Amino acid sequence: MSEVAVRPLTEHSPEEIERVKNWINTEEYKEKNFAREALVINPAHACQPLGAQMVAHGFEGSLPFVHGSQGCASYFRSTFSRHFREPAAATADAMTEDGAVFGGQNNLHEGLENAYTLYKPKLMPIYTTCMPEVIGDDLTAFIRNAKNKGVIPEDLPTPYANTPSFNGTHIHGYDSMLNAILQYLTEGQKVEGKCTGKLNLIPGFDGNTGNLREYKKYLEAMDIPYTMMADITDVFDSVCDGEYRMYPGGTKLEDAADSINGKATISLMKYSTLNTMKWIGTEYSGVKETLPLPMGIKKTDAFLMKLSELFGKPIPQSLKDERGRAVDAMTDAHQYIHGKKFAVAGDPDYLLGIVSFLLEMGAIPYHILCSRSNKKFAKEMQALLDTSPLYGSQGSVYVNKDLWHMRSLCMTDPVDAIIGDTHCKWVARDAKIPHFRIGFPVMDRVNIHRTPVIGYQGAINFLTVIANKFLDIKDETCEDQWFEMMR
Amino acid sequence: MAERKPIAGITKERTEQLIEETLSAMPEKAQKKRAPHLGANEPSVSSCAVKSNKKVVPGVMSQRGCAYAGAKGVVWGPIRDVVHVSHGPVGCGVYSWGTRRNLMQGIPGVTCFPLDFTSDFQEKDIVYGGDKKLEKLLREADELFPLCKGLSVLSECPVGLIGDDINAVTKKMEKELGKLVIPCNCEGFRGVSQSLGHHISNDSIRDFVIGKREFLDAPGPYDIALIGDYNIGGDVWAAKPILEEMGLNVKSIWTGDGEIEKIASTYQVKLNVIHCYRSMNYMCKVMEEKWGIPWIEYNFFGPTKIAESIRAIAARFDDTIKEKGEQVIAKYSAMAQAVIDEYKPRLEGKTAMLFVGGLRPRHTVGAYEDLGIQITGTGYEFAHQDDYDRTAPEMAKGTLIYDDVSEFELEKFVEEFKPDLVGSGIKEKYVFQKAGIPFRQMHSWDYSGPYHGYEGFKIFARDIDMAINSPTWDLVKSPF
Repeated sequence: MSEVAVRPLTEHSPEEIERVKNWINTEEYKEKNFAREALVINPAHACQPLGAQMVAHGFEGSLPFVHGSQGCASYFRSTFSRHFREPAAATADAMTEDGAVFGGQNNLHEGLENAYTLYKPKLMPIYTTCMPEVIGDDLTAFIRNAKNKGVIPEDLPTPYANTPSFNGTHIHGYDSMLNAILQYLTEGQKVEGKCTGKLNLIPGFDGNTGNLREYKKYLEAMDIPYTMMADITDVFDSVCDGEYRMYPGGTKLEDAADSINGKATISLMKYSTLNTMKWIGTEYSGVKETLPLPMGIKKTDAFLMKLSELFGKPIPQSLKDERGRAVDAMTDAHQYIHGKKFAVAGDPDYLLGIVSFLLEMGAIPYHILCSRSNKKFAKEMQALLDTSPLYGSQGSVYVNKDLWHMRSLCMTDPVDAIIGDTHCKWVARDAKIPHFRIGFPVMDRVNIHRTPVIGYQGAINFLTVIANKFLDIKDETCEDQWFEMMR
Repeated sequence: MAERKPIAGITKERTEQLIEETLSAMPEKAQKKRAPHLGANEPSVSSCAVKSNKKVVPGVMSQRGCAYAGAKGVVWGPIRDVVHVSHGPVGCGVYSWGTRRNLMQGIPGVTCFPLDFTSDFQEKDIVYGGDKKLEKLLREADELFPLCKGLSVLSECPVGLIGDDINAVTKKMEKELGKLVIPCNCEGFRGVSQSLGHHISNDSIRDFVIGKREFLDAPGPYDIALIGDYNIGGDVWAAKPILEEMGLNVKSIWTGDGEIEKIASTYQVKLNVIHCYRSMNYMCKVMEEKWGIPWIEYNFFGPTKIAESIRAIAARFDDTIKEKGEQVIAKYSAMAQAVIDEYKPRLEGKTAMLFVGGLRPRHTVGAYEDLGIQITGTGYEFAHQDDYDRTAPEMAKGTLIYDDVSEFELEKFVEEFKPDLVGSGIKEKYVFQKAGIPFRQMHSWDYSGPYHGYEGFKIFARDIDMAINSPTWDLVKSPF
């Protein structure tokens, strides 16, 4: 018991509650809110190892392995299972206090042995939580020792990434783990003069298996042989046929190994593959390109034209037709979206994609917020807005601001809708605006992860949801005399 | 309590053989470590043979969480009028933001705070320490959320490792802000599971909260506190009315839809009734020792256990309450019977296996049995010996008991026992659904609820029937 005297319960009068309720919606509050320096409220990003695990799930026979605290592994697994509504098998070496004192080597060795014996993976990507990062565990030595001791076979691929959660976000963990896996698997595989003729496609941190399937559809339509890197299709949209498979999909390890001799490597998310692409740039054969996430018509065009150019293949009629249908849908529905203001929150690459699409529709990306990024991204976003003086000039870019800042923005300077992951729903509710779910995680709606938002079909899908929601609102809220058969 | 009838096909021999076969796939050291945690149930013994509360075996794929999850996610998070700060890197706060379904009343951001407050540690905070940042952060939080009745600081792994002193910071800030500011040293690497997080949280309530406030109205003979109900899917809102109908005066709730100052005043009640024994028995014992407040465990899952519990609680009071208790049972028995009449014919003879946290693996058994479902296996993520001792008599002889079960073990057990339903968590859900086995999340009520009380039983029965008898399962096998 402290020396503080016992006090009666504090009671706030209804008037006081009413005052604060209104005050948090004001300009004055917004200023106080934006003056915050230490407190982060409702961030729209997670930590590095989550992204690392996303990559680790995307390879054949891969068992993601968390070096660090047990609880983190459960958090990552739960987050993936809630978003995809799929199993997310990953294990941990469950370091505790003694690990903090003596380091985590014993845990790692025992964990590797048990995991390998029980689950027979072909690949064990290892990544860290903040605990071993703070105490400075030497993974290189630990893993080498494990193999020297015969804990796991010498030839079991064990790429590892340092993924401290006090640095960057989940997209940086994605980058580090992907880089580590590719470095590991391609080591000694480069053959001078060899070319597999294949495209290596890196989708980046994307919680939408529908997008990945769409990429594959394009490549197959263009008859381009490819390796999808960290391929989470089948892993995170696996079938239900009465049998649980622990390793239902993923990039084939030999394909990943041979990817270093590829004809071309394309990343479709710059910010979640910066280091990987830098390394690929120096080590891989063939052409290396980073393209923007192909959301909307123009960026999809650019992607297909790049494919056509690199592989000397024409863009087939089927895709031209698909483009035509998407443009048809956009012209048909433009009136329902034109001039509407949107708040958008998410990861850098996704934000650039969404904003591109909105500009194409004549919508106004108004509050654009990334809760952890940098000036480079802000500049790039500004440049994108500048391409459309009419619709982009009203947009403001907020970097390292969170969803509580976003709430202030939407309450003081209203918009028509918000686009972002499930966490944006609180802003949507308070601002009384519709919320279009996209990105990661989406934990409160079904099949968002199966519905592509990239490419031509993605544009149709996304605009359908948006336009119809606005029409629903009209039908639900209009007075009787304005309730009409047609809209 | 009469011993349960044996379940057809379930024998001690078969269960033990299954355990042996399952263990045989493990490395020797892991076998040795895991063997004591698995057993065939023996209802008559006073001490359950299954060992618990030991370290996770590395690499086997445990379903456990950590001390932070137990502290922030379970105990502190549900207190509605406190700003709960996840102190450390960004992830923990995000993953535990809104994912437990501890519902709360109030105006979000004004009088209740279902938000994610974090210090979002960066490299420099690790290098230079986060205490100064924490102090500043608490000031900012108090300014932006002036109606909060307190602030809690929940440490994540790095905080303890870098030697920060959050207790000094909170002590200083409590003086400065004039409201409760509570430190909770619940770093995720502490202990072996969520369980230590509960204990640490109880200790911080003991050391920094209780006794600092008093209720406004004078104490009465029927004052109780509802301990260990976290309002998952509105459980508290289904349980509290039953206690009130009995004539009891529920002065505070620990901690579902709870209020920090009422928790601080709980030393004034006459009896503590505790639902989740695992996470809150510590404070019940403290209140008993320090303030002489007796406590009683109860179970509000299913009409059989609800009636037993009402009578046991009423027995601690005078005839007025006993009479009212009987009236409550009588009042709801028709409703409960109607639920049983509707669903039992469709569920009779089905079996289920459970694997949940620290209470429900035994507490929900009665509710399943009320519907005619038998439980062939059960186990806990983070229970202790006393939980398993309470479990043995609730389960039939020879049923499977597993502690901190690994994914590998649970898969093998389910494969062999072929239950009609598995009740466990989100990480397990889709594993079994892929195999065509109906599943309900028993941590979060699978986005449904409440499951407590009479109202909850109606919903529970509907959900279990829906899971087992959904026609979607008939589609799993294709005809070609």
